[in-house]
Amino acid sequence: MNATAESYVTEDGRTIGAPVMEMKNITLKFGGVTAISNISFDIREGEIRAIIGPNGAGKSSMLNVINGFYHPQEGEIWFHGEKRKPMKPYQIAQQGIARTFQNIALFKGMSTLDNIMTGRFTHMKTNMLMQAIWKGPAEREENLNRDIVEHVIDFLEIQAIRKTPVGRLPYGLQKRVELGRALAAQPKLLLLDEPMAGMNVEEKEDMSRFILDVNDEFGTTIALIEHDMGVVMDISDRVVVLDYGKKIGDGTPDEVRNNQDVIDAYLGVAHD
Amino acid sequence: MSANFFYTIEVIANGLMTGVMYSLVALGFVLIFKASGVFNYAQGVMALFAAMTLVGIQSGQVPFAHLINVIFGTHLDKFGWEVPTFIAIILALLVMIGFAFIVERYILKHLVNQDPIILFMATIGLAYFMEGFGDLMWGSEIKKLDVGLPQGGNVWLESATAGWADGFYGFYLDNLDMWATAIAIVLVASLIAFSNYTKTGRALRAVADDNQAALSVGISLRTIWVIVWSLAGFVALVAGIMWGAKSGVQFSLSLIALKALPVLMLGGFTSIPGAIVGGMIIGVGEKLFEFAIGPYIGGATENWFAYVLALLFLVFRPQGLFGEKIIERV
Repeated sequence: MNATAESYVTEDGRTIGAPVMEMKNITLKFGGVTAISNISFDIREGEIRAIIGPNGAGKSSMLNVINGFYHPQEGEIWFHGEKRKPMKPYQIAQQGIARTFQNIALFKGMSTLDNIMTGRFTHMKTNMLMQAIWKGPAEREENLNRDIVEHVIDFLEIQAIRKTPVGRLPYGLQKRVELGRALAAQPKLLLLDEPMAGMNVEEKEDMSRFILDVNDEFGTTIALIEHDMGVVMDISDRVVVLDYGKKIGDGTPDEVRNNQDVIDAYLGVAHD
Repeated sequence: MSANFFYTIEVIANGLMTGVMYSLVALGFVLIFKASGVFNYAQGVMALFAAMTLVGIQSGQVPFAHLINVIFGTHLDKFGWEVPTFIAIILALLVMIGFAFIVERYILKHLVNQDPIILFMATIGLAYFMEGFGDLMWGSEIKKLDVGLPQGGNVWLESATAGWADGFYGFYLDNLDMWATAIAIVLVASLIAFSNYTKTGRALRAVADDNQAALSVGISLRTIWVIVWSLAGFVALVAGIMWGAKSGVQFSLSLIALKALPVLMLGGFTSIPGAIVGGMIIGVGEKLFEFAIGPYIGGATENWFAYVLALLFLVFRPQGLFGEKIIERV
């Protein structure tokens, strides 16, 4: 199934398209330490793709490679059928890749609304002079984007905290605002770095529901890292498993669950 | 009411206006500090440089005239034309924006992720470089700056209020000070509106808050730095014009930056309203102190009052009046 490029329909009726992103033989080193070694996998249009693995497996590094914080020494990244040149993170964001962070990275002094508005940054085209004049194009653009942001706020059910500085919000809500900021960008690919880390069961259920709804309603392609195996197996279409910077499994949740290497890695069998 | 009461009001009014002038300088510091965590030691010299550039352009001076004359044995001095004030201000602003690009390209870009102290040292270097460069470009003599703002005491106000009390000869307020205050208020209001309601303003605040997150939503840090330094250059130009018109364009103009320090201590390094209120407190405080207590202790208290006040603030409220509270988790 992985090798083919044709689209298929999942059991619950969603269409999974051709790969939007292909990582080919990626190797990432920090000095003498190899964080990722020769890993290849793809992310298909419309799917929820999970990257799992024990601590230090290279999951976050992989996300940082996709998002441009790290530049791999070897390998190619293909996005929408084109080989990507080395780019700055903000250029990659402009290409339509949005992300959240493991340790929430919100603009703490700004309100929920303003935080999510920054997600619209790449869609707003007026220049500084127009903004300084304000009347005319800048005002129209601001209102237009504001509507989209209000839609996101409704979707995530955070109307009540629109004006609250996010630094004052509880952890679970901050995670939700961060998701909102990424969603506001209407990304082609959404990267979630441990969206449920540190949450209680209820919050995890909420977050799972939002992730599924985003994927279902907007058809957003999602790649996520998560520690909670139960959640991962429930919500993702395909899972890639990393261990010590190597890929040890790739496939549907069922395939991965029955993969002997994966079982060994998680149960801590000694490496030969 | 006694004459003394009215004189006190006059002192307070003058203090407020002086305070706004301090705030103008402090504002430049706050802008850069907020967005990049750099304490820009060069802010005062930027104001001096901006004012020199304005005078130079206005009076049609040939830039680097002295240098050119020495090398080529020519006798250049002036182009022989005068540029209208408004156009000269626009040109001076363009020079300051160009300067912002140069600072980003040749200094900040190479110092990404360095400690604040390293960046601070870089701005000290920058300050001395600019000072020398300004002298080289426009000459080091004291220049008079006239942008067409009215100077001297306001006669109308003085005669209208004269005789309100026995021995009171009317409020003496300087026209230039009043203009400066009005301009500063407009400037600050627009800066606040810009940072709250526009895309670029939000991006500025975003970068000030979290670099990585800002990058991840598509904001280019380098562009923001250029914008911030341009804005600081613009504020420096306004401060340079006001102070230059008041006391001439000369080296001591760059020392007003030192007066901005206590303002920052009071207002907090990260707050635009703080810079304004801080400036006013310092302005009023030092004028009132000089008026009420100065005569008993030999005067000239304005030289040190602001710093002592700032010291007291540091002891009791280190984050300033409006600064974000400093919380260290252990």
